[in-house]
Amino acid sequence: MKFTEEHEWLREEDGTMVVGITTHAAEQLGDVVFVELPEEGTTVSKDDEVVVIESVKAASDILAPVDGEIVEVNSALTDNPGMVNDDPQGEAWFFKMTVSDTSQMDEFMDEAGYQKFIA
Amino acid sequence: MSDLLKTPLFALHEELGAKMVPFAGYAMPVQYPMGVLKEHLHTRSHAGLFDVSHMGQVILSGPSWDAVALGFESLVPMDVLGLQDGRQRYGLFTNDAGGIEDDLMFARRGDALFVVVNAACKKTDIARMQAKLPKELTVTEITDRALIAVQGPAAENALAALDVRAAEMRFMDVADLVLDGHPVWASRSGYTGEDGYEISVPADEAEALARILLAQDGVAPIGLGARDSLRLEAGLCLYGNDIDATTNPVAAGLNWAIQKVRRSGGEREGGFPGAAAVLEALSEGPGQRRVGLKPEGRAPMRAGVTIHDAAEGGALIGAVTSGGFGPTVGGPVAMGYVAARHAEQGTQLYGDLRGKRMPVEVVRLPFVPAKFKR
Repeated sequence: MKFTEEHEWLREEDGTMVVGITTHAAEQLGDVVFVELPEEGTTVSKDDEVVVIESVKAASDILAPVDGEIVEVNSALTDNPGMVNDDPQGEAWFFKMTVSDTSQMDEFMDEAGYQKFIA
Repeated sequence: MSDLLKTPLFALHEELGAKMVPFAGYAMPVQYPMGVLKEHLHTRSHAGLFDVSHMGQVILSGPSWDAVALGFESLVPMDVLGLQDGRQRYGLFTNDAGGIEDDLMFARRGDALFVVVNAACKKTDIARMQAKLPKELTVTEITDRALIAVQGPAAENALAALDVRAAEMRFMDVADLVLDGHPVWASRSGYTGEDGYEISVPADEAEALARILLAQDGVAPIGLGARDSLRLEAGLCLYGNDIDATTNPVAAGLNWAIQKVRRSGGEREGGFPGAAAVLEALSEGPGQRRVGLKPEGRAPMRAGVTIHDAAEGGALIGAVTSGGFGPTVGGPVAMGYVAARHAEQGTQLYGDLRGKRMPVEVVRLPFVPAKFKR
């Protein structure tokens, strides 16, 4: 699993990247009450706002970690946003995407690096 | 955080694992480990203990009750003189334009008034009282007392277990109680829409009292986050968001707080700052009205979201002043101001959410019925 400075995680699965937010990010957000997912098939550029996530405290965005195409979204989150707090690094993934330029992944951290980043 | 003031319960908040944030110059608990959502639901199903010691506590005294009451009536559009001993009322300081300088609670304790004002406004409120009230009245800021709210269906039993007289109080009664040896000034009121109490206690006894209250059945510590969603579901205004120095009380739907005796034709008509503007709004109706807004779907509409009368084009007719997720409602709730012609319940309007017009319906406030013990 790789981690970004935007508190996202990426996990490779069948040639796509599964993307979610870290346990640390979910704790900081507090209880998540609303998730708006992108449409499947959307082409995105790195840092595009692709997901709107709202907690009891505030609204925030999840940015596309790399250039690519959204191939699948986790629509279970729309009906049950609280999953993001219950299992942020497992069941509560947000979307799966293809990666156009794998070199964009070079700057991402491993687990140990991310733990140091948030310490 | 180091420049922030601390309430007498600061150490207890830290011990309980609160996340502290700056609020009106104080370090205040925004949430405890339970989290905002569960804290909110716990308050509605059991009871919550809130530290509201940052709020201003003021005693207004003078040569007689009439002098105190009539003096205070020169600053607020409320019937103060008619307040019975041991009773409390909601009030507003108005300005010369009829805007709201602060909202407050005032209680009659013998011939004196006990006034509780918002933390962010207390300096100016006290300065205003000192400058404008007749010289025969004394304005005393109480700085050696904490203020603790206990709210929710379990609040009555929690207090009655310590002093049976708590159960005899009705909504908006005030009384001196002795809670496990601590003499307190209690009122049966609060700002969550639930039954409950606000308890003024000497600062050096506050932590001991809070621990005793937290040890009662069902009482958990609750932070400012849940306090905000509770008052929003209850349809109550947050000063600075839903009402401010430019808001006419009538536009805010606070007519009920202005008793007949202060209105046109009343025995003590007017005689408060901005009376002309307030009385005119009462007779003519306001141009805008505060309304409940229920967004369709799940997306919250927060303060600042603009309200329009059509899904495309149309006119800008208002804005959200408080909004978020209502845990008891189980969906988004909001309140805001819309042009009076669109304020009818059931009117379909549109909120601009990230560039998209999302349907929102004008609904009756509160979102969750009040459970006061009248």
